[in-house]
Amino acid sequence: MVRGPLSVSLDSITVRRNGKLVLGPLDLDMETGGIIIVLGPNGAGKTTFLKVLHGVERISDGEMHWSVSNVQAREEQAYVFQSPIVLRRSVGQNLAYPLKLIGTVKSEISMRVRLWARKIGLEDALELPATRLSGGEKQKLAIGRALIRMPKVLFLDEPCANLDGRSIREIEALLREARLAGTCIIMATHDLGQAKRLADSVLFFLGGRLHEQGPASAFFNIPSTSEAQSFLNGDIIE
Amino acid sequence: MNEIFAGLQEAFRLIFTFDSDLIEITLRSLQVSVTALLIASALALPLGTWLAIRRFRYRRFAIVVLNALMGLPPVVVGLMVYLLFSRSGPFGVMGLLFTPTAMIIAQVIIITPLIASITHQAMRELWSEYHDLLISLNTTSLQRITALIWDGRRTLMTASLAGFGRGIGEVGAIMIVGGNIDHVTRVLTTAIALETGKGDFALALSLGFVLIALTLLVNFVIHALSRTERNSTW
Repeated sequence: MVRGPLSVSLDSITVRRNGKLVLGPLDLDMETGGIIIVLGPNGAGKTTFLKVLHGVERISDGEMHWSVSNVQAREEQAYVFQSPIVLRRSVGQNLAYPLKLIGTVKSEISMRVRLWARKIGLEDALELPATRLSGGEKQKLAIGRALIRMPKVLFLDEPCANLDGRSIREIEALLREARLAGTCIIMATHDLGQAKRLADSVLFFLGGRLHEQGPASAFFNIPSTSEAQSFLNGDIIE
Repeated sequence: MNEIFAGLQEAFRLIFTFDSDLIEITLRSLQVSVTALLIASALALPLGTWLAIRRFRYRRFAIVVLNALMGLPPVVVGLMVYLLFSRSGPFGVMGLLFTPTAMIIAQVIIITPLIASITHQAMRELWSEYHDLLISLNTTSLQRITALIWDGRRTLMTASLAGFGRGIGEVGAIMIVGGNIDHVTRVLTTAIALETGKGDFALALSLGFVLIALTLLVNFVIHALSRTERNSTW
């Protein structure tokens, strides 16, 4: 277990796919903490940025350094995808899986699975096949499975896309609770309303580049770039 | 047509009188094919899954070879195993020729590529579903293979059953390496071939019906054990 918040430093990072630049060049020093919202229109590079931080995207150029070793950093992170991925197992086994991977003892697994099933509102569905859950329930399960290891950093890639209002409210409550428990949330979204409800700080991406970063209040009240202002106004920007 | 009815009648008679010869060769058929199936599954399921998740230079070539091996002629396999285990062959000292062990070896060689190839196809699909999650969870190759095999076990059951079907119905290879010796290596398929050669079609047909019934029974038992129908959502 790593003590204290993690920090990360990105030095001239670029990501290219099939020769096309999809992210960067990107320089960023960031201390994790609170809820960091990664904002930007579709294709801005938000998902690629999250994957780079999580270490699952191949970097074409530049370097990234966490304040701990990359292995330790990965152990302290979890990732929730836009389309929830559930294992073809019961809800309980889905929640237990990350704990089994790190060799947690059975009694501890059982206790934490029950705790998290209650938190995500699926305590009555522990034995149900996860594939039978609704979209919102699957996403809550994915978030519960990510948080059950109590990561220091949780990445979420548009977790509320295509979900109904009730599911969004429940997921946001889960995220606020995780923040209070000390997990840093780094979440990509293009939902301005959600960003305003949750964000402590904002990273604004456009065309694969970081256009603006800062506290949420400053970003939403007095954005420093015209592109960010246009985005906040609801204009179509590329 | 008469021969078919006579065969059915004979099959019922043999089964309901617990004919000792029939029971012996049926049990030997099961012993050889189930043992071969277990060994082949232990090799093929991880191999097929590994091929689905691993990227390496000659992967495509390996998959093509594996698919091609599905069509391996059993007689040629039998001949190769015969040469390897004959007295003058490299493994001759083991004295395995004309034993059920040699028959098991031949069947393992025949059904392993079939099970591995079906496994590879099924696991490719499941891997594309699980890929991002298992990568994100920082799993090792072994953990990935285990997760895929466990969660895809019902599909893999079908792959294994296909292997069992091919194994228990196989005659060419086990005839060569087993020799169809009465009370030693005679199994249902070689007995059918023998009785047909002797012109005793009723007995050959009755053994054929027993073979079909046995295959169906094994399928039903495995499906019941895996509760495929009840939990068909996955």
